[in-house]
Amino acid sequence: MELKDKLMSSYLAFEEQVDLENDIHEVRNKAIKFFEQSGFPSKKQEAWKYTSLNSILKEDYSIFPKKEDAIDYKDIKKYLIHDIDTYTIVFVDGIYSSHLSRTTHDKLDACLMSSALNKDKYKPVIDKYFNKIVPEDSMSSLNTAFAKEGAYIRIPKNIVAEKPIQVLNFFTSNEAALMVQPRNLIIAEEGAHVQIIERHQSLTDHPVLTNSVTEVYVEKNAEVDYYKIQNDKTTSSLIDNTYIKQERDSKCSMHTFSLGGKITRNNLKFYQQGENCNSVLKGVTILEGKQHVDHNTLVHHTQPNCESHQDYKGVFSEKSVGVFNGNVLVDRVAQKTNAFQSNNNILIDDTATCNSKPQLEIFADDVKCSHGCTIGQLDNEALYYLRTRGIPKKEARALLMFAFANNVLSSVKIPEIKKRITKQIALKLGVELGFNL
Amino acid sequence: MLKIKNLHASVEGEKILKGINLEINPGEVHAIMGPNGSGKSTLASVIAGNEDFEVTQGDILFEKANISELSPDERAHKGIFLSFQYPVEIPGVSVTNFIKTSINQVRKSRGQKDMPANEMLKKIREKSALLDMDRKFLSRSLNEGFSGGEKKRNEIFQMAMLEPKLAILDETDSGLDIDALRIVADGVNRLKTKDNATLVITHYQRLLDYVIPDVVHVLMDGKIVKTGGKDLAKELEEKGYDWLKEERAEMTS
Repeated sequence: MELKDKLMSSYLAFEEQVDLENDIHEVRNKAIKFFEQSGFPSKKQEAWKYTSLNSILKEDYSIFPKKEDAIDYKDIKKYLIHDIDTYTIVFVDGIYSSHLSRTTHDKLDACLMSSALNKDKYKPVIDKYFNKIVPEDSMSSLNTAFAKEGAYIRIPKNIVAEKPIQVLNFFTSNEAALMVQPRNLIIAEEGAHVQIIERHQSLTDHPVLTNSVTEVYVEKNAEVDYYKIQNDKTTSSLIDNTYIKQERDSKCSMHTFSLGGKITRNNLKFYQQGENCNSVLKGVTILEGKQHVDHNTLVHHTQPNCESHQDYKGVFSEKSVGVFNGNVLVDRVAQKTNAFQSNNNILIDDTATCNSKPQLEIFADDVKCSHGCTIGQLDNEALYYLRTRGIPKKEARALLMFAFANNVLSSVKIPEIKKRITKQIALKLGVELGFNL
Repeated sequence: MLKIKNLHASVEGEKILKGINLEINPGEVHAIMGPNGSGKSTLASVIAGNEDFEVTQGDILFEKANISELSPDERAHKGIFLSFQYPVEIPGVSVTNFIKTSINQVRKSRGQKDMPANEMLKKIREKSALLDMDRKFLSRSLNEGFSGGEKKRNEIFQMAMLEPKLAILDETDSGLDIDALRIVADGVNRLKTKDNATLVITHYQRLLDYVIPDVVHVLMDGKIVKTGGKDLAKELEEKGYDWLKEERAEMTS
């Protein structure tokens, strides 16, 4: 059976598991209809021109994973930022794992979407925020249709979350391919601060397809720092749809570290809806083999005096493919916008591919917008220079790649993440870490 | 220490070095002078192991071992250092982290452990003071936005840190004003011991007023055409290179 047909028939089974009286179900019904009409995205669509999902859609995915397989903390420890105190929300095959998690309701909510969707006390919040900034597109709609579980994080007014919150999705499915659709909702109310780390990690060699949707609300004067660590096995693919709404005087930064996976698509959309917003989108992508990462970003400036800063770096070897499609949209009223976009890529091998496509649509006349993209090779002269100082070829190449990625890493606010990413990059490049940039 | 025998080298099929013979002993300072395009920088690159140049004939022996087949990093591990005429800018790597990496990689090649952090710091302080370098300079990206003088000072700083057996200074005086030249030359002189050697490559005699050579070679058209003492440099400064060309033409005819 085609995956689409399988999903459609699964929806009927899904309806038996959820409360059909809940208002949310109307939203789901609408979403599945949209998906039924539109189907999976194809390369014929402009936004998917360089990324084909065909190779991952042919798997016979299990849509409803069985009960959580027993995994221990020791199995997942290395995927956690464990050297600092954090809240953690852990899902195993899409199902919440209480013994691996440390959730909270003290001052702030770091808990489960399933509770938020079903418990009466959360109803006003869900009515106000759920599915309010998710555009009607096929992958997001598919997620909405099956929306049931994920992370629910709410930081009330003027609360600063003292610990970062980790949202972790592990996959253990032993028998079959697995498809999961986490649905996250994050709300930083007026003046609130929070740091979030998200990771998807397969512990099995069976194919995994994740189609996740995350809504992030950054209200007046609030601040959200978000880190996505994408270093999954080459049997796993991820379609990440993250939508961020910012109100006046708010700040939001998103760092995406794409070092693994088979196909990764990051749909990252920022909607600035107040004056004096600041949005930061940064990414480091280092790929090899046949890995494929597609960053599709949007910053929509709808109000005056806002800033956005996009900086994506990519290093591609062997037959890997990188795509950057960066959109900046400045409405007519959004005067004094300051929008910066940069995408720099290094192709290590002739067989690697990179598609870089900046798209700027500017309707205001008093703005500062700049963009630049480059595709090049490692500088041989620099390589030679480093080697004459006793640094062997492999290490010299690694050092240059680190240096290249460094200004993306420099804005990471959690030192443990910086350390972790640096180590992962070193591991990926096959060098021992002798430098600390 | 360094013995070059009948060295021929070419780049992209063009012959640049056409039979160089050169022997440098510990404690000596040699200068190679010559007009533009004579092959001076090529010789420096070939000794350092630049893979853009192809050695078509001859051998390079360093401490009696043939190093012709070694990579630039392996030569650095043996104690060869090249101060670049045009040091490369590497954004994103600070001078300090670069030199730490460099030193520890060299140590690793010799089976030694990383230099302890406090020892490294002490050494960096000591050597940067020797070259009158600003502390701020050390946290800047390697050579990025450095003035010509700063770049050269940074080269000699690296040399001071790495303590090579053989230092090759390729046109180190170019782009330096007289004060910077003094500081750099002074640094080079203070690093001199009876066990190490220096090969100064220069177009002008200016640097040789400060770094006094024991032997001066004149390189022309890929060959050493004359070898003499330090006075030869002065003679070249006064008379230029043309008289040597004529002398050579007479010899060959």
